[in-house]
Amino acid sequence: MQTFLDALFLQAGYNAALVAIGAALLGFAAGSAGTFLFLRKRALVSDAVAHATLPGVGLAFIVMVSLGGDGRSLLGLLAGSALTAWIGLLLIEWITRRTRLAEDAAIGAVLGVFFGLGVVLLTVVQSMSAGRQAGLETFLLGSTAGMLYEDAVVIAVGGSLTVLATSLLRRPMTLVAFDSEYAAAMGYDVRRIDLLMMGLVMAVTVIGLKLVGLILIVAMLIIPAVTARFWTDRSHRVIWIAGAAGGASGYLGAVISASAPSMPTGPIIVLVAAAIFVVSLFFAPGRGVLAAVLRHRRFQARVHRRQGLLALAAQHPIREAYTVRLLAREGLVRPDGVPTDAGRAQAAKVARDERRWDVAREVHQDAGLTGRYDGLTPIEEVFTRDEIDEFDRRLGPPMGLGDV
Amino acid sequence: MASPMSPGQQPTIATENGRAARPVAVPSGAPLAVRGLTVSYGEKPAVFSVDATFPAESMSAIIGPNGAGKSTLLKASLGVIPRLSGDVYVFGQAIEKARERIAYVPQRASVDWDFPTTVMDVVQMGLYRRVGLLGRLSGRMAARARDCLDRVGMADFAHRQIGQLSGGQQQRVFLARALAQDADLYLLDEPFAGVDAATERAIIDVLKTLKAEGKAVVAVHHDLSTVRDYFDHVFLINVRRIAEGPVATAFTTGNLQATYGGRLAATHLDELSPTGGA
Repeated sequence: MQTFLDALFLQAGYNAALVAIGAALLGFAAGSAGTFLFLRKRALVSDAVAHATLPGVGLAFIVMVSLGGDGRSLLGLLAGSALTAWIGLLLIEWITRRTRLAEDAAIGAVLGVFFGLGVVLLTVVQSMSAGRQAGLETFLLGSTAGMLYEDAVVIAVGGSLTVLATSLLRRPMTLVAFDSEYAAAMGYDVRRIDLLMMGLVMAVTVIGLKLVGLILIVAMLIIPAVTARFWTDRSHRVIWIAGAAGGASGYLGAVISASAPSMPTGPIIVLVAAAIFVVSLFFAPGRGVLAAVLRHRRFQARVHRRQGLLALAAQHPIREAYTVRLLAREGLVRPDGVPTDAGRAQAAKVARDERRWDVAREVHQDAGLTGRYDGLTPIEEVFTRDEIDEFDRRLGPPMGLGDV
Repeated sequence: MASPMSPGQQPTIATENGRAARPVAVPSGAPLAVRGLTVSYGEKPAVFSVDATFPAESMSAIIGPNGAGKSTLLKASLGVIPRLSGDVYVFGQAIEKARERIAYVPQRASVDWDFPTTVMDVVQMGLYRRVGLLGRLSGRMAARARDCLDRVGMADFAHRQIGQLSGGQQQRVFLARALAQDADLYLLDEPFAGVDAATERAIIDVLKTLKAEGKAVVAVHHDLSTVRDYFDHVFLINVRRIAEGPVATAFTTGNLQATYGGRLAATHLDELSPTGGA
């Protein structure tokens, strides 16, 4: 516990603090940039792009060593991974546009081929005598053990630029994600905007390689956005809520892995993100599962209550036990289903409202208003008091329940 | 994925240099003029070598059977789907130079209505070109968006998530977004498909107001029984152009038969076309 608290407040040593801050920044960048990936329904493209970074890592190492340099220069490796990731992305785009193959097939093909090529190149690298090749395989699942100040700077600078670009491009990206036909008709270059969006995703992938690894980065791009969707109905808020969820996952994940020996950071971050997602899934107001169940039950109760009152008005027996229980709880019927005085009064009102609606449909001009009849909406919400009085005038005086 | 043509200038250049001898002159100021438009899905043309001219200050309907290329004509004119050949002129200019004069209302089914956006957000999309990437949507812009919602009778719904709207309400919101653009030419793709009677009324009222303000309206339309009430001008298409002109002279039994072939019963035609029955 003490180690956890130390880590939480960045007191667990220089390296742990560096990792926690880096992971939080990466999480924020991934969450916000991943929002449009999710809104454009192209989440899996990012998985292929991430896997397509691997051959770049191997190639960059080989090139740098053969030029006599240090094969593990971070910027060199990241540039190499960005290059092959971009090629992979363009390939998917080209296959989808120029052939009859669907995007999922293109994703599968590119992901597999590039990853395979990457593994082959890493094997070649292992057998090279020159260079300090140890550690390249950490790009698969990420590693925090050797995190340097330099790595944190790459994440901070790259992450800030990505967030800034996401913010700058949010309008065209929103438009393309929501309604690409309209965007094209307004003169936006949809293909270019899509490529820019994927470019942002690729940037996050590349800067996150060292920390989270290429296999799990897709989770950091997608889970926060999906989580954020539960909390808001507005796309620009999704961006920032996803960023916050991603940042929190990164920070907490890094802290947890620092406080327990040999816990892998990347996977823990993803599990924390998933935990936030699960909580949102069940408990978010509005779109959460719990809220939906409660809403449905309230609605069901309204329907049963109304149908029960209509049955009373028509002097039919109420057959459903649930309806009887519901009305009995309000004191409208006795437990055996016989209406009380209050129940009779309510039933008469409900029956009269039905007849008012009938009149409204006959006499009222605005079909938009009469069209709002759904059996549940109170007539007082649709028509003014004066209009209802007019319906009553045409209906004649209220009748007793027996006359209905 | 429909990828719009990059806003290159090829169509214009081709006209000025290579095709000066075209038999059909380009009308100088028509709101929308299409010349030699061919669009193909694979190797099957959906629209073949179509010339069309839609007049100013009027409401035009694009009419034809399913699969006749009505929507394709509209989308290809706008560059939403690539054209294989042909030129498009908007108020006498190449379309790329006149984008801000066009407002487009796509088919309702073309978007995901669960998208996280409110009615107000959607209408403000119509202002994106004007405010640019970063410009703040000022109070004046917001007031204008609200005004457009009011014109389609949706002001009370400004803060609803769009998925909570009925089909007719969704269509009205799309129309409000187009109004926010304050364009001179309005292109609508099946605006009355699947909407309630009240919405159809509201939409047609707005469109007639636009026409009265001197704007041009072009709509893909499928309900032959309302053509005479709603429109001034028709364009009949079935891959090729069949006929075009004022409703009184072009919307005839003969032309409809040529457009629909055997798919339209003769009795149906008599009802539609007073000039044809006798």
